[in-house]
Amino acid sequence: MLEVIQAGIQTTVQDAGRIGVGHLGLPRSGALDSQAMLLANRLLGNDDNAPVLEFALGLSRLRFYRDAWIALTGADFNAQIDGKSAWCGWRTAIKSGQTLTLHGPKAGMRAYLAVDGGIQVPTFMGSASTDLTSGLGGVEGRALKSGDRLALGKEHNLKHPVGAMQRLWDNQIRVLAGPHFDWLANPAQFAKSHWTLLPSSNRMGARLDGEPLSLHTPLEIGSRGVFPGVVQLPPSGKPIVLLNDAQTTGGYPIIATVIEADMWKLAQARPGQTLQFVPVSLDEARAVGERWQQYFYRLGRALGAGAPHA
Amino acid sequence: MTQTVPQLSVFGEHQVFVALGTPGDSPSQCLRKQALIWSLAERCRGRSGALEIVPGMNNLTLSLEKDQQPSEWLEWLRQVLPSLPGSIPEGKLHRIPVRYGGDTGPDLAEVARLHQVSEQDIIRAHCSAEYRVLFMGFLPGFAYLGGLPEQLHTPRRAEPRLQVAAGSVGIGGSQTGIYPATAPGGWQLIGHTQVPLFDAAATEPCLLAPGDRLQFVAGDC
Repeated sequence: MLEVIQAGIQTTVQDAGRIGVGHLGLPRSGALDSQAMLLANRLLGNDDNAPVLEFALGLSRLRFYRDAWIALTGADFNAQIDGKSAWCGWRTAIKSGQTLTLHGPKAGMRAYLAVDGGIQVPTFMGSASTDLTSGLGGVEGRALKSGDRLALGKEHNLKHPVGAMQRLWDNQIRVLAGPHFDWLANPAQFAKSHWTLLPSSNRMGARLDGEPLSLHTPLEIGSRGVFPGVVQLPPSGKPIVLLNDAQTTGGYPIIATVIEADMWKLAQARPGQTLQFVPVSLDEARAVGERWQQYFYRLGRALGAGAPHA
Repeated sequence: MTQTVPQLSVFGEHQVFVALGTPGDSPSQCLRKQALIWSLAERCRGRSGALEIVPGMNNLTLSLEKDQQPSEWLEWLRQVLPSLPGSIPEGKLHRIPVRYGGDTGPDLAEVARLHQVSEQDIIRAHCSAEYRVLFMGFLPGFAYLGGLPEQLHTPRRAEPRLQVAAGSVGIGGSQTGIYPATAPGGWQLIGHTQVPLFDAAATEPCLLAPGDRLQFVAGDC
């Protein structure tokens, strides 16, 4: 078991999300930086979909009540176990009674903590993920607060610390043209502009500020299914990239979709940072996705017996 | 059979989109096409490889598993579409008791004023129609309903409310609906119901499903 001593600004239980429920109006939810979640679980030999904690900014403190192996990934939150540094991107041993402190990121936005055996909460419609909008899943459908106690799965027999190479964040978000891209009055402006991430952004959407875009002809769109990565253009002319907690249908023009492999860059962008959209082809998008698959395949081989899913 | 030229396209890395709607379709044409969307969604559920099957307004969006070829799905959808039954299902009827006006229907007077009729006229018109659940979305358990009488079409509020209570019954443009959970919203709120639309603990958490019929019943509840 672990106990939340200090919960941080928004700490939630997440896994890969709720799949196959969009037609009921339920968002997918799940870790915004899915590669970081997968890496954390792979480092510990957990199931890929084992629930983890997602931290957004702020100082957090957790006390462990069993010996455990932990993996911290995503943004480097300058973590310490009883005052001793625990590296981001590594698996580290923690003893029963010790306290893990995450001081918050110097760069980036979200950190992920996996524990050997996974964090255990009741699942709702096949997923442990917290849906903050509807108050479902995770711990009572809410962000963690101090005093919360979380059960842990069965411990693994791991030996030594292991680390993985860290990604480098950049602000180049690769996109495919969306179904309404050709309606833009000045399509080149979309990729040329620097878009600033607004503080009103949350797990539902990345809201952007910049020179407003407009359509050359008004467009009447019936509500249609949307998904994380869809770039909507509301009447303000300022794009919104839908993230994991977004609603499942939308009626705004869809000018682009962010490629899945780059969604983590949005998860790790901070309000005030600028982003640029880089149009790519479907083949390029698939090639980037395959490079990630190869990365995790090689990682699995490097971890050897410690990674049952390699 | 409905004469429809379907538009099929690939959308994103793993998505496929089918649209049957044509601008200027009458409400009855829309319903007929929506019935085709329901049957198509059913057929897709019977074929493995689609993670999400999300009906919209006369359209359907599929999110496919990574190993699926979107082009093969387009081909399959083209073959399946002409064989779908064009009939409109009977649909389960729900009678939803609504307390109109008062604290929980604060915009009833404004809606009546906009249409230059009495509040009773608004309630009568809202209760006289039979609505059809076209598709779900926006919030868990929220149903997009077709069938709002034209004389009740009302512009959304200029200033959306930051909090609309769960159970609120509202009108927004040509749509009417029930908020299943407390959420921000710009609809004109004319009443409130106690009937829960989404119950996370139930095996079937949503009360309503596409194809269902719905009637509002005025009462003090």
